[in-house]
Amino acid sequence: MLGRVPVLVGLAAVIAVLPLVLTNNFLLNVAIIAGFNAVVCVGLNLLIGYAGQISLGHAAFFGLGAYVSAVLVGTHGWPPLPALLAGAAFVGVLAFAVAKPILRLKGHYLAMATLGIGIIISIVLRTETDITGGPDGMVVVPFEVFGIEVAGESMWYWVVGALLLLAVWLSLNLIESPAGRAMRALHGSEVAAETLGVDTTGYKVMVFVLSAVLASVMGSLFAHYLGFITPSAGDFFKSIELVTMVVFGGMASTLGAVVGAVILTVLPQFLTAFQDYQHMVLGAILMFTMVFMPRGLLPTLEGLITARRRA
Amino acid sequence: MFAEFLQYLLSGITIGAIYALAGLGFSIIYNASHVINFAQGEFIMIGGMSAATLTAAGVPLPLAMLFGLAAAMLGGVLIAKFTIERARNASVVTLIIITIGASIFLRGLAEVVWGKEFHRLAAFSGDDPIAVMGAAVLPQSLWVLGVALVLIAATGFFFNRTLAGKAMLATSHNRLAAQLVGINVRGVVLVAFALSAALGAVGGAVVAPITFSYTEMGIMLGLKGFTAAVLGGLGNGAGAVVGGLLVGIAEALGAGYISSAYKDAIAFVIILLVLMFLPNGLFGKRGTERV
Repeated sequence: MLGRVPVLVGLAAVIAVLPLVLTNNFLLNVAIIAGFNAVVCVGLNLLIGYAGQISLGHAAFFGLGAYVSAVLVGTHGWPPLPALLAGAAFVGVLAFAVAKPILRLKGHYLAMATLGIGIIISIVLRTETDITGGPDGMVVVPFEVFGIEVAGESMWYWVVGALLLLAVWLSLNLIESPAGRAMRALHGSEVAAETLGVDTTGYKVMVFVLSAVLASVMGSLFAHYLGFITPSAGDFFKSIELVTMVVFGGMASTLGAVVGAVILTVLPQFLTAFQDYQHMVLGAILMFTMVFMPRGLLPTLEGLITARRRA
Repeated sequence: MFAEFLQYLLSGITIGAIYALAGLGFSIIYNASHVINFAQGEFIMIGGMSAATLTAAGVPLPLAMLFGLAAAMLGGVLIAKFTIERARNASVVTLIIITIGASIFLRGLAEVVWGKEFHRLAAFSGDDPIAVMGAAVLPQSLWVLGVALVLIAATGFFFNRTLAGKAMLATSHNRLAAQLVGINVRGVVLVAFALSAALGAVGGAVVAPITFSYTEMGIMLGLKGFTAAVLGGLGNGAGAVVGGLLVGIAEALGAGYISSAYKDAIAFVIILLVLMFLPNGLFGKRGTERV
């Protein structure tokens, strides 16, 4: 495992140097979307990788944040920042309300419950046409705060890059804090953690709400960035995509979540070269990466490097 | 009034029978390997697409169904052999991602073979509705119910009355003990995938005249099947069948009396309410966690 400082410095260096290579707006756009996914995945990884609780419905929180911003700003004329905060508060309360009953569930039952919540929310977003515009989506105005408008690919790149660094820093600190140790303990054995006095339910609810709020904030910003939002931003496929990124990159590895999000955002862009075969190739890559690297990309590579150093 | 209710009930039982078959498929695989197979819906799709496209090309229906059955079973066995068997010790989430990868692969393959458009399959014995106490029943609904009933009975017979079926149940209870008494526990996982694929493919072929066939037809059917399996208590085959019928009926009544726009949400609302009070489903085992 790398220490906190090298990870942050390394990531900052990559973010700083990358624009030299990304010479057009298409490439920058892919990088920005990868950044959005990466921040959400860093939050989701705290829940799945560290606390050991699966969520197959996290995109719904992303979609809700996006739509609260879109509706408050577009229909009710709120400024973007208060709308973003209102979205985060709304999602936080919602996540808190559902967390307690569903986090009692284990394994596949929890997967079912989170999947259900995600699908219900995405159906509501799709169906309540009067508020959300239905499947056609809504137009969203650019993000503006203190009179500064965030617009253009290069400006968004630095905003998302800074947010990613912030999210990784928070995640690394949380994991090393007493709360983080409690989370990892309940992942190992919930009963054992409880007998040692860890409030397992409390920590599970906390990390669930935290990851949902992070998804909501990124959803709000994403809506402003694209200037347009459709229900697909919060549907079942997006949820599956997010979980896949976390597991692919490596559970219980903050950097792994970032790497997974970046690879699985960029990969489909290259796979279009396979034209009709692109979904087959993507499916095969997912299956066999997970078969041969069940712990995910980054932890497996780290393991190989450590083993070589010892030898 | 009653005729309307009966109409909803009958259409609910029809689609519920397909959910029951899918749910049974989830349960069989879960018992054999503790894997939730998210590619279950793709087996349904393979059955439906094969039947629709091959009959359109002039192949007789039974032969087309048989081909779909064979293709789905082959797909199931290959998934089991090359991914699930090899990743047996991986975590729950990793296994879920593997089966999701398999489902993306199978959908991609279907797009290459059959294209993305909708395919129509003619009803097996005409489209003239049969009047039952004021409600109209399509002959295809009877086909769906009849075939589902036969498949469910056959699955029940297999697990309760044959040596191979009992060996599979024994493996699901205790893999090591089953291995010690000479059961081929590796074969069990392959058979489970083949059996689930077969149930899905036949279900897909009989339901295709009602739903149309397209490469994404399996997604919602598969998720509802998962709901059925969890509702009945994971690994409980009879529970999955009851769960499937309950989901189908609730969905049809909800669509008829409450809101057709929220039809697809009803199954998930039910499962959330049930899990809040019964965390192991309706008929699931209540266990305590051992440390």
